[in-house]
Amino acid sequence: MVTTEPAGSFDISNLSVSYGSEAALTGVSFYIEPRRVTALIGPSGCGKSTLLRCFNRMNDALDNVKVEGLIALNGSDINAKSVDSVSLRMYVGQVFQRPNPFPLSIYDNVAFGPRTQGIRKREQLDELVIDSLKKAALYDEVKNSLKKHAFELSGGQQQRLCIARALATKPGVLLMDEPCSALDPISTGMIESTVEQLKESVTIVIVTHNMQQASRISDTTAFLLRESIDEPAQLIEVTDTTTMFTQPSDQRTENYITGRFG
Amino acid sequence: MTRTPTKTRPARSKEVVTFSSYCSKRARRIEAIVRSFTAICCVGVVVLVVFLLGYLFIRGVGSLSWSFIFDAPKDRMTAGGIWPAIVGTLWLIGLVSAFALPVGIATGIYLAEIAGQSRPVRMLRIAIANMAGVPSVVYGLFGYAAFSLALGFGKSLLAMGLTLSCVTLPVVITATEEALRQIPKEQRQAAMALGCTRARTLGKIVLPTALPGIITGAILGLSRAAAETAPILFTGVAFFAPVATNVTQPSMALPYHLYIMATQPTTPAPHIVWGTALVLTGMLSITNAGIATWRSYKRRKLQW
Repeated sequence: MVTTEPAGSFDISNLSVSYGSEAALTGVSFYIEPRRVTALIGPSGCGKSTLLRCFNRMNDALDNVKVEGLIALNGSDINAKSVDSVSLRMYVGQVFQRPNPFPLSIYDNVAFGPRTQGIRKREQLDELVIDSLKKAALYDEVKNSLKKHAFELSGGQQQRLCIARALATKPGVLLMDEPCSALDPISTGMIESTVEQLKESVTIVIVTHNMQQASRISDTTAFLLRESIDEPAQLIEVTDTTTMFTQPSDQRTENYITGRFG
Repeated sequence: MTRTPTKTRPARSKEVVTFSSYCSKRARRIEAIVRSFTAICCVGVVVLVVFLLGYLFIRGVGSLSWSFIFDAPKDRMTAGGIWPAIVGTLWLIGLVSAFALPVGIATGIYLAEIAGQSRPVRMLRIAIANMAGVPSVVYGLFGYAAFSLALGFGKSLLAMGLTLSCVTLPVVITATEEALRQIPKEQRQAAMALGCTRARTLGKIVLPTALPGIITGAILGLSRAAAETAPILFTGVAFFAPVATNVTQPSMALPYHLYIMATQPTTPAPHIVWGTALVLTGMLSITNAGIATWRSYKRRKLQW
């Protein structure tokens, strides 16, 4: 598939996040390559989700969150005054930990984003909905029941519906926050193969607790760690996934991936 | 009779194991007491409601006729119908809908979605909770002073409608706020992550989902307003008035008609009292039952 849109790349330099007076994350610098899958791993509370929320400025909605440092998306600072967080989120989609479809039909769920973008034409919407459902590997299961209420789907189908919904705005980046943690192994498998397909057109950043999953689907892995509760979390190591899981350069990474803590 | 095959099951031992030693006699006795006490209370309430509505129906149904509903009182209030009072009550419901619902729902939205948790906002919430606890006759006095005298609306439907709106406001505000808080934050996040502004998230996702709860609160508030006597006592309700044609007129209203017919006239007309009570109760019960059915239908579609 040839896309004219530039695929998303993130260049993060010296990023720090704090909640009120408490620093959550400090000194994070790395590069997220376009059209690749980057996994963020680390023990609970190490700031993976906090970092992920920086990429579509979902932290803006929380009270007293302070983000410092530079996040450049396709070369330009996303925290710049001129950048509108609303349009940013159409380009940087997100899938959440628990499936959260809207209480609407399958069709209206997927068409929600495009309608927000102002697309009203029926044919154009139909095409986007079908295309997104196909990309999320859900179309075959629901093609005869697009009017069905989204809550009638199973958990795994709901999560794929949420992926389709995020894809319908034609994002360049898709953020996934532990998208499989509430799902059974079969649904997890389907989502993983969806991710595999999607990276041809979209950059994917995925937070996961499951190291097998990180090693199966990601090209690059970043390991975050909060060494004590008094210190903010840091980026310990970022490298291509194979190296990360075979010869990590940092002892702490090795301890984590061999299951000595976390 | 067919018997389920038992071959695959393990053979049942003759000794009966009751596990009784795992639960103390005392715990079981408390369980039995709690169960029977709550059941008795529940049955008591049901009996009370059935008796009340049944008695009202039996005493009132004889008075019902087209002329009772659509005629004005006649022969010095001892005959005729209650049409001006029905119209008066419908006027009041309309006026309260026009004043209290928009203001109440908007305030609820502001408190739940926009205001946050600052100190003045918490004070405001306490003030609203207190509003719900003010006796309705006090609202009546306030309404007389504020709307009838100070604003010069006199004894009129407008003054009554505004006073009843004050009674209804806290109910509507609280119901709206609660209904909005029930919407999971995941829904808001999902909408925001799709590039919705807060206004669009509210308009497209949060409000439509919270609507059954908001409407329920609104209807409860309206039925309370329709059933109140004290707030309209000083602000424009009439012993006898023709069918009101605009809001500057005083008017009859069902609850007051009931009260006055049961206490005041020298020639008692009990059939009018019972008939009025049945019409008022019927109007409110049908509305409440309709709303409850509609809401449970909506709720079934909204299992998170």
